[in-house]
Amino acid sequence: MTLAPAIEVHDLVVGYDALNAVRGVSFTLPRGGRMGLVGESGSGKSMTALALMGLSPTGWHAAGQVLHDGVDLITETDTSFSKRRGRTISMVFQDPMSSLNPVRRVGDQIADVIHRHSKVSRREAMKQALDLMVQMNMPRPEQLARSYPHQISGGQKQRIMIAMALACYPQLIIADEPTTALDVTVQKQVLRLLNAAARDRNTALLMITHDLPVIAAMCDTVAVMYAGRIVEHGPVQEVFRSPRHHYTRGLLDSQPTMDNIALDGSSRLGSIPGMVPPLHNLPTGCAFHPRCAAASEKCRAEMPELGANGAACWHPVKEKAE
Amino acid sequence: MTLYIVRKLAFFLLAVFAASIAIFLLIRGAGGNVAAIILGKDATADAINALAQQYGLDRPMVVQYFDWIGNIFRGDLGRSFRTNEAVTDLVVSRLSISIPLCVSGLLLGLLIAIPAGTYSALNSDKPLGALITILSQVGIAVPVFWAGILLSLLFGVRLGWLPTGGWTNWSADFWGAVRSLVLPIISLGLILGASLTRYVRSAVLDVMNQDYVRTARATGMTRMEALLQVGLRNAALPIATVVGLQIAELIGGTVIIETVFSLPGLSRMILANVAAREVIVVQSTVMLIIIFVMFINLIVDLLYGVLDPRVRLAR
Repeated sequence: MTLAPAIEVHDLVVGYDALNAVRGVSFTLPRGGRMGLVGESGSGKSMTALALMGLSPTGWHAAGQVLHDGVDLITETDTSFSKRRGRTISMVFQDPMSSLNPVRRVGDQIADVIHRHSKVSRREAMKQALDLMVQMNMPRPEQLARSYPHQISGGQKQRIMIAMALACYPQLIIADEPTTALDVTVQKQVLRLLNAAARDRNTALLMITHDLPVIAAMCDTVAVMYAGRIVEHGPVQEVFRSPRHHYTRGLLDSQPTMDNIALDGSSRLGSIPGMVPPLHNLPTGCAFHPRCAAASEKCRAEMPELGANGAACWHPVKEKAE
Repeated sequence: MTLYIVRKLAFFLLAVFAASIAIFLLIRGAGGNVAAIILGKDATADAINALAQQYGLDRPMVVQYFDWIGNIFRGDLGRSFRTNEAVTDLVVSRLSISIPLCVSGLLLGLLIAIPAGTYSALNSDKPLGALITILSQVGIAVPVFWAGILLSLLFGVRLGWLPTGGWTNWSADFWGAVRSLVLPIISLGLILGASLTRYVRSAVLDVMNQDYVRTARATGMTRMEALLQVGLRNAALPIATVVGLQIAELIGGTVIIETVFSLPGLSRMILANVAAREVIVVQSTVMLIIIFVMFINLIVDLLYGVLDPRVRLAR
């Protein structure tokens, strides 16, 4: 028998008062699947993630359907949702510097998660925490476990965060730009660890990032968000090789590669003209039309839905001839 | 931690030493001829010299200073020029009023402020949360003497439950003494509670918006658990600082409440002795208060070390 997906999102809307930062997002992530969520700042990626965790900021509302582990998370009460967070669904945040409790030893912070969700003793929880730290490639875990967050490096802190997220073998980990705050040299190690650990546990991964190469290396599918909607969704190879939405195309063109960076200063690095529209002043029709070269009257009037080609666009980019 | 304690202790002793010199110079150096001041402007030169000799006021300042400091360490704060009472006795009897008044007032303040501040931080959108914020504003605006007068009008005059003022000694009538302190403590506690509520509120607001509280929630704590286990523990740091400052302010700063309720506390004693030009009494009592204040600061610093590993482990 096939397992239910790790998460199934239908028409998720997240907003504040009458303003919606996420406007009808749907996707399904199978068990052990890896999905990348990309988009500029303000496109609604992080708000989507927080809504899936039931941790939208105070005053924000979330509607739609989020099926996970046989329940609709949108309608869960805080108490019963709390029994899931960290156990069946967990999250790694962007900034490890500020995401750990500054007055508690890091080993205890991992053990707390284990102790909270399983019936094991404090001592057993600590033993498991040390095991996790070993899996996270942390040398001398006993000594490190007794450190406070301010005593260890950013990379180590993020490993602790990942260990906390993995501790209870969740079905899904949401990683919201887990390496943005880290040194470039450390980024790769941390991603590799997260990747391997998730694979070992058959944990699904929802990877939120600006970093397209990371998605290419780690994910099966990618969803591109713009102004609160998914504008293109498909297998990573397909989307990256042959984007159908003009926004995706623009994002890919603005990535530096060996081809478009010239050392003599005559760079041909692309950029998307204009800016992400503010929530209170979204364009009519396709929200991307003011920045799109291919925009027509229809784009201004009607909002396109995701089509069979995986893009929400009236005039999709022509498929690249192989 | 040991290094931290040693450093804080050394700083404490150094600060006390510096303060003692400052007080001595301010009161003696700036005060002119002490013997002349005590005897008043009609005194003869002979009388002034005799008095100076009797109290050793004719010796060099340095000698007098070390004499004074040495005696303080031996528990001898000197004697009143007028009544010849030992300052130590005066202070001890006054402290038996001031300390219970301050400590209970502060405790009552905290007892009000911690739940009220926390509640209003988390429920600013609810009527009760807004009401707490308004009441705390009002409490900050109301002078403590006015609160004291209103309370004594209601409970003392109108209802006759508690005395409106006066003092009987602890040993003479224990419950009478307690009853005399109830209204002053409530007035002090209400006013302190009002301003502390604001500090608690802002500390809790600040802490609950931190990323680590979100992490706590993401690993399975309910809102309430995150508040109690992570939030308040972190909010304790700024609150401890404010409470330390409040204690320091209270010990010599309850003169108004002591006056309203006619309590012979320490603050009123200092005021009376300043008016009466009791140089030695003022000098020694102020020194005592300064030692006390610095001691409280020391305690707060050490508490900070206990509460915050970043402070404790800093090199």
